[in-house]
Amino acid sequence: MSASLTLVVVMAVMYAAGIYIMLERSLTRVLIGFLLVGNATNLLIFIMSGRPGSSPIVTGTALDDTMVDPVPQVLMLTAIVINFGITALLLALIYRSWWLAQLGDEGDTLTDEHAAETSEDSEVTFRSSTDDEAAVQASLDASEDGSDDDSSGPDATDRSDERTPTTGDREGGN
Amino acid sequence: MNILVPLVVAIPLLGAALTLALGRRSRYQVMVSVLSLTAIVVISAILLVLVDQNGPAVVHVGDWQAPWGIVLVVDRLSAIMLIVSALMLLGVLLFAVGQGIVDSNRETPVSIFHPTYLVLAAGLFNAFIAGDLFNMYVGFEMLLSASYVLLTLGGTGARIRAGVTYIIVSLVSSILFLSAIALIYGATGTVTLALLAERIPALPGDVQLILALMLLIAFSVKAAVFPLSFWLPDSYPTAPAPVTAVFAGLLTKVGVYAILRTQTLLFPDNQLQVPLMIVALLTMVIGILGALAQADIKRLLSFTLVSHIGYMIFGIAIGTQAAIAATIYYVVHHIMIQTTLFLCAGLIERIGGTTSLARLGGMLKATPLVAVLFFIGALNLGGIPPFSGFLGKVALFDAGVQVGGGLNYVLLAGGAATSLLTLYALARAWNMAFWRPRRDVENYDSAMLNALQDDPHDEGTVTTKTTSPLMTAATATMLVLTVSLTIFAGPAFDLAARAAVDIEEPSTYIDAVFPGGTP
Repeated sequence: MSASLTLVVVMAVMYAAGIYIMLERSLTRVLIGFLLVGNATNLLIFIMSGRPGSSPIVTGTALDDTMVDPVPQVLMLTAIVINFGITALLLALIYRSWWLAQLGDEGDTLTDEHAAETSEDSEVTFRSSTDDEAAVQASLDASEDGSDDDSSGPDATDRSDERTPTTGDREGGN
Repeated sequence: MNILVPLVVAIPLLGAALTLALGRRSRYQVMVSVLSLTAIVVISAILLVLVDQNGPAVVHVGDWQAPWGIVLVVDRLSAIMLIVSALMLLGVLLFAVGQGIVDSNRETPVSIFHPTYLVLAAGLFNAFIAGDLFNMYVGFEMLLSASYVLLTLGGTGARIRAGVTYIIVSLVSSILFLSAIALIYGATGTVTLALLAERIPALPGDVQLILALMLLIAFSVKAAVFPLSFWLPDSYPTAPAPVTAVFAGLLTKVGVYAILRTQTLLFPDNQLQVPLMIVALLTMVIGILGALAQADIKRLLSFTLVSHIGYMIFGIAIGTQAAIAATIYYVVHHIMIQTTLFLCAGLIERIGGTTSLARLGGMLKATPLVAVLFFIGALNLGGIPPFSGFLGKVALFDAGVQVGGGLNYVLLAGGAATSLLTLYALARAWNMAFWRPRRDVENYDSAMLNALQDDPHDEGTVTTKTTSPLMTAATATMLVLTVSLTIFAGPAFDLAARAAVDIEEPSTYIDAVFPGGTP
């Protein structure tokens, strides 16, 4: 059996890098490591089909010596599908553990609307949005006066000053 | 007769699809899953009788002849595993249904439970009937993916933490398994077990050793063989009680089945006997020492589970016909008893509100029936005569003595000590939970209890204190089944012995797959 050296080297690097990344604590890195190692295994299966050649099952061509071995390709295809499914599951798991790490179990009982209602900063949110509207109105009035550059500048900075802490709070609350 | 073979995988998969479609009608879901598993019990019973009389049943899927197509093989060992696992799955399903009725589907999104459970069943059966390594891998992946979902059911913090460990460990072992398959294909040009049985012995010795070791390590992670068993006691106990029962009973035994199948069929004359024996001894002793330190019944049972895997590995390591027969009998016994004991633990948790020995007491008065169930189960697992645990261990030790040699006697001593320690751990649990009066629980001061380690993920007392009669009935029926393994020990052991003959003489298996001789 002959194999391509390039493929072997690529496979080895992917295995090494994948195993190294899988040893990290972060789940996302574990996922990346799993993807690398999984695909390295696919490459390994592919390498096992030996030398390159003509496509295996085509109507009209007889069995000949140049045909490649089709079995590893079938195995690989199945392995890719399985890896894909597991990756999807891992992503869901990572998202869930991130969610729990951010909020704890209480996070489940809050919907988005409830989060705004129950959280202490809801009044701040409410007030700031009225302020926003007032500021927009002011800037509109100012622009109608024709002096855009003078009035809208300070307004814009006021608005961003008020909004930054509130959006920060809301993200923390979600 | 051959039409029945693919049905054991097809029916649960169709059932899974149906239950998924019936997601909003839990009553129909229950009906579909109970019916499909009952059908599997009937089919595997028929298969067992037919295979025992006529030899292995072989199906070439899509009429693609082996070694090019997928081949499904049911020999005596596979048939035994099929019927036992189908019975256990059905019993646990009834328990889960009972629990679901009481909970009125509060704890878990039950619409997901039934489809996932059936996919798990399909994967399990597929691994048992697979006639080639790759199909076995697919079966493993099916049951593992389903188990990932079942273990993290509900997505609470504790389950996600436990699930992450379990999933990553399983993934690593799966990748190792797949890499081993690739290398085996590279070395022999096939993945069909029957053909591999002829081609692998022709390979150079060191290549054989590497391939055998890779498969062994991959399966040992799944079977929780020491030192690859660290993940099990941390992950299993957090799942819902019925899920833990299925995992404990069946998932580790698939690993044992795979070790048994590959080591005997593919690597009949390997040099792994001595390492396997040492590993078996360590699995038994260290596992049971872990169990002694646990205050939580579910964790305690998880450690005994790890420990008793050692007996099966011991049997496989001896490798004689008598030893294989004893191993098969022991696997069947252990699947049944471990599942039943975990269901008992589930009942204890419901009635007593906890599984921690520090907080349980007076259960004998509260539920005499569960007390009796747990007591008989504990005696059986501990290996007290006349139960099947005793018979299996005696047969195993007998096979060890027949071979002789110093290491065998060391293992015998280790096995006997493990058996006694199991009894000690379980009797202590029974004494604390059932025998101790309820009023003594407060201010109970004992150096022993203080030294025990409680479950680190303990979520406090469970408030649901109701059990449905179905839960108790399912557990009691399972216990009756395990006791009947004792009563019908003669026929059961004869069957195991005939299965062992098939394994010792792979020509039966090979001739069944290739009636016209191997290509």
